[in-house]
Amino acid sequence: MEIKELLSTAFVAIRTNKTRSVLTTLGIIIGVGSVILLVAIGSGLQSFVTKEFEALGSNVLFISPGRVSFSGGPPQNVEAKFDFEDVRKIGELGAPIVKSSGMISKGVTIKYRSESFYGNLAGVEEDYQEFGNVEIDKGRFFTKNAVERGQFVGVIGHKVYTELFGEGREAVGKEVDISGRQIKVIGVLKEKGGGIGGSSNENTFAIIPVTTASKLTGINKPAAVMVRTATAEDTTIATRKVKEYFYRKDLTDDDFTILEPKELLSTINSFLGVVTGALSGIAAISLVVGGIGIANIMLVSVTERTREIGLRKALGATRRDILLQFLIEAVVLSVVGGGIGVAGGWGLSVLMSRFIETAVTPWSVGLAFGISAGVGVVSGLAPAIRAARLDPIAALRYE
Amino acid sequence: MKVKETPVVKFSNVCRYYGSTGNGGEVVKALCGVSFEITKGEFLAVTGPSGSGKSTLLHLMGLLDRPSEGEIDIDGVPVSKMSDTSLAKLRNQKIGFIFQQFNLLPKTSSLKQVELPLVYAGVPAGKRREMAKKELEAVGLADKMNNRPSQLSGGQQQRVAIARAMVTGPALLLADEPTGNLDSKSGASILELFEQLHEGGVTVIIVTHDRDVAAHAPRQLVIRDGELVEDQPTRRLRPASK
Repeated sequence: MEIKELLSTAFVAIRTNKTRSVLTTLGIIIGVGSVILLVAIGSGLQSFVTKEFEALGSNVLFISPGRVSFSGGPPQNVEAKFDFEDVRKIGELGAPIVKSSGMISKGVTIKYRSESFYGNLAGVEEDYQEFGNVEIDKGRFFTKNAVERGQFVGVIGHKVYTELFGEGREAVGKEVDISGRQIKVIGVLKEKGGGIGGSSNENTFAIIPVTTASKLTGINKPAAVMVRTATAEDTTIATRKVKEYFYRKDLTDDDFTILEPKELLSTINSFLGVVTGALSGIAAISLVVGGIGIANIMLVSVTERTREIGLRKALGATRRDILLQFLIEAVVLSVVGGGIGVAGGWGLSVLMSRFIETAVTPWSVGLAFGISAGVGVVSGLAPAIRAARLDPIAALRYE
Repeated sequence: MKVKETPVVKFSNVCRYYGSTGNGGEVVKALCGVSFEITKGEFLAVTGPSGSGKSTLLHLMGLLDRPSEGEIDIDGVPVSKMSDTSLAKLRNQKIGFIFQQFNLLPKTSSLKQVELPLVYAGVPAGKRREMAKKELEAVGLADKMNNRPSQLSGGQQQRVAIARAMVTGPALLLADEPTGNLDSKSGASILELFEQLHEGGVTVIIVTHDRDVAAHAPRQLVIRDGELVEDQPTRRLRPASK
């Protein structure tokens, strides 16, 4: 029997019981749809994280005081065992290190006239604009000159601006009060989209020269150090150089942590991959349930169509013909369900992309189709074998 | 000198038992020691009371079953030891079945019904359609090709079934109580169709318990208690009822 004929027989049988067929494929639709959606969200998350890290620059190292552990507990506020002098010296360690800059961070109340806002004070160097991937909306960022002289100037985050001044008001040129000192606002940052745990992003920052921040807060140890290298490939060598520098100063691994964004990125991505895989696995359980549904309905169908099977055998159908007929019917049910599931999952992920980044990957679509065809074969096999084995005489007599 | 023609059906001492024979369970002898020959072009009725073994005989002739003992030759081919697949293929080529219940597929056009045996024979779609059309025209249903069974009368449905049985050009047309579900008028026209087929050279075997139906056939096999008790020409007492 030709495949075309088998397919047309399958479609006729499925059309004959429309409602039943739709309900049966629902399990597959939901299973495939949720696998597609979850994989799309996972891939979207990975691409979002990758983009964020790429924005930081792949030729950057981050040094934090103390031991930063990913495995548990909130980050401790450790006072660094190195100071700004060390930051300067690290910057002068030579190739491949190009520059190093320290950063101070502290929670502060920022005031303008009667308005006040509790945000973060970030003391940085002039190259932070590049490092930190911040964009200026109005005004400008401060210069190297301002850092060297410790000028009382700064740029404020979008939220600080709207809270203190109000949308549309002029802020550049005005002075805000931080810890009792007047800081001249020379720039306002563009609003940053809510990232993951978006609370600590630059929207709530007042960014001033690190030298000024040191004077203002009395902090003379950096909260973080950023080291820039010539190329992305150099970060490993730079890490070794920085470590050697600290060891020479009798610091141990407990006193500092060096983060290489590209390594961190691969760790995060592999973690996200595992999470996506696990979630999709759970979603795939509904595929199993869907498969059981198909097997069940195919068994019912075989029983209902016993006489038809007897007739087909009397007309010359072999066991193989009958087996294929029911197997193809199960596969068609399952693959049609898979197709609808893919379309549904795709549609939902497009809808969700308004809120979070999603990416439907070709392999997940291929896999979903493959799995649904597989589910069809597995669940159709037992009913099809049963049909093929029916005794034609008994089948023809079946009432 | 006349060369003896190969019989279409040859039963040599055929027995068919049901039930387990191994562990002392009860064995039912549905048919025993049956021998006969049917030559090409014969029109024959198999009669007998219900439970006599008619159906078993029909199933054996139709290759739906195998004998427990003895040998059956269909169109010169011994079939007792054949595999299921070979039997299915032979059935497709040599046997045309007609049932009391018509056994048409629901929601399927007459044309598709008649094409079905050709599908299993592997005939290409275009040729299949042509052959099926011709066969439907031959049974007088040229205008009902696209009708579904629910849109046809009982007599018309049985004609579709006859077209379906005839489309492969079988050696043997086997009809199981073909008029049992029809009113007398439709039944008579179906029997007339059988007579026409017979006149055209088709071997027709009707299995029936209805003496009036059996009376249409020139030869009768009478089965009783699993044995062939009579094999004789039918004495036509009256012309076929119209």
